Amino acid sequence: MTIEAYTKPDGQPERSLRLEHLVKEYTPGKPVLRDISFEVRGHSSVAIIGPSGTGKSTLIRCVNKLIRPTSGKIYVSGEEITRLSGRELRHARRKIGMVFQEFNLVERLSVMENVLCGRLGYVSSLRAWWRKYPPGDINKAFALLESIGLEDFVQQRADSLSGGQRQRVGIARAIMQEPHVLLADEPTSSLDPKTSVEIMELLVHLSAEHRIPLIINIHDVELAKRFTSRVIGISQGVIVYDGPPAELSNEHLKVIYGGEDWLR
Amino acid sequence: MIEANRIRYQKPFRVNWWGRLGWLAAILYGLYALNYLDVSWLRFIQGLGNGAVFLGEMVPMDFSRWELLVGNLLETVEIAVIASAFGVLFSLPVGLCAARNLMPSWVTWPARTFVALCRSFHPVIFAILFVKAVGFGPLAGILTLVFASIGFIGKLFAEAIEEISLKPVEALRAAGAPFLSVIIYAVVPQVLNRFIGFSSYQFDANLRNSTMVGIVGAGGIGGTLFAAFQRFDYDFLAAILVSIIGLVMLSEFISDRIKRVFQ
Repeated sequence: MTIEAYTKPDGQPERSLRLEHLVKEYTPGKPVLRDISFEVRGHSSVAIIGPSGTGKSTLIRCVNKLIRPTSGKIYVSGEEITRLSGRELRHARRKIGMVFQEFNLVERLSVMENVLCGRLGYVSSLRAWWRKYPPGDINKAFALLESIGLEDFVQQRADSLSGGQRQRVGIARAIMQEPHVLLADEPTSSLDPKTSVEIMELLVHLSAEHRIPLIINIHDVELAKRFTSRVIGISQGVIVYDGPPAELSNEHLKVIYGGEDWLR
Repeated sequence: MIEANRIRYQKPFRVNWWGRLGWLAAILYGLYALNYLDVSWLRFIQGLGNGAVFLGEMVPMDFSRWELLVGNLLETVEIAVIASAFGVLFSLPVGLCAARNLMPSWVTWPARTFVALCRSFHPVIFAILFVKAVGFGPLAGILTLVFASIGFIGKLFAEAIEEISLKPVEALRAAGAPFLSVIIYAVVPQVLNRFIGFSSYQFDANLRNSTMVGIVGAGGIGGTLFAAFQRFDYDFLAAILVSIIGLVMLSEFISDRIKRVFQ
């Protein structure tokens, strides 16, 4: 009940994500995630770092129950997600935007159609099929595409875009949901260094502008330190560092990734 | 150099003895079957002579009964069009239900069984069954080809869906899209082209098969064809065969055009 207590000055409850003792076991007795708890609120951006195979993707997919957590509780803006199913779960998922490593666009649909995919949770299947979206959605999509520099590509098919442009479309799709939390799963891993920086800038900027808490899985520690206000280091399924990027030392990185030769 | 040749590595490629044995058995069986069925060069030469006489009686072709011919052809086309329309319509949901990457096993299992049943009989056998069930005429032919279509397109469609990328599906589920919207937005765009290809191919097949179901009394030009055979009406027979060839080529041309529109 304490969760609902935070309220922004304009009366809207602050958007937040909160994990309590999250555990995920794919095979019983072998937890991938053991006892993960943290909370993110407002427009703060959090980077989750850790070695490959340590369950970062699992963690992010547990939040919207694409993967069912074994135990623990997850709250999005105060609403518990873990016990939901069916229609309730679908409605809860609308509040959780997700950006993917390989963009996960529908290649054969246009940029506009892909962006409007973010509204599918709000529009009936029949209206979606006939492309009868509310005018407000369309206007918002145009505005969003303009703000990310894709206004000239509205009717182009997604597979004609470059990697960076595709990821922008993926981000626009997530923002269209008007989410209460934005999850990004290795959003820059398929991109070149310059584009990676641009995408990180865009994510952080949109998170701040729309006041959406941002959680980014990322294996590039330098990018994480540069763009986020908080770093959570995970190793072998537990949080081993949680704090500001400035305090993340080589000692911490040794604990997170193991070994030290690579740090020289 | 000589020293290097003496190094003994393990064998670089594994010898597949079972494979060699299988080929040997297949060749031996082929020889045995030819011998058993009395297939010989002599019989082939004799057959050529009969064939020449038969072909000789076919010319000149007899188009004098063209009204009967056109009427039968139209019925054949109608059977093919109606059967294809309903066959495609039904095979969409059946194929979707049979796709193992989207549906739970309690849905795919019955759907796959149904498709397998539709595929298990040749259309002629279906046609005989339906002639017995609903009587002589085009209805039996239509039902036959509907089932044949489901068996063919249903299976191919399910396989096409099983090959799609699940990434957009994941993204749309994560956005809270209802199941039907996920299908419409993330699945259909990935398979639409192939589905149109399958459908037009099946229409071709239905057109050819609808000329055949008439032989067992299920409507279309096949009945007339068979009657012409039995009456030794070889000049009329030739006219029918040429018309069928023309019809199939025409449909090929049209379906080619249709596919180009959807590229």
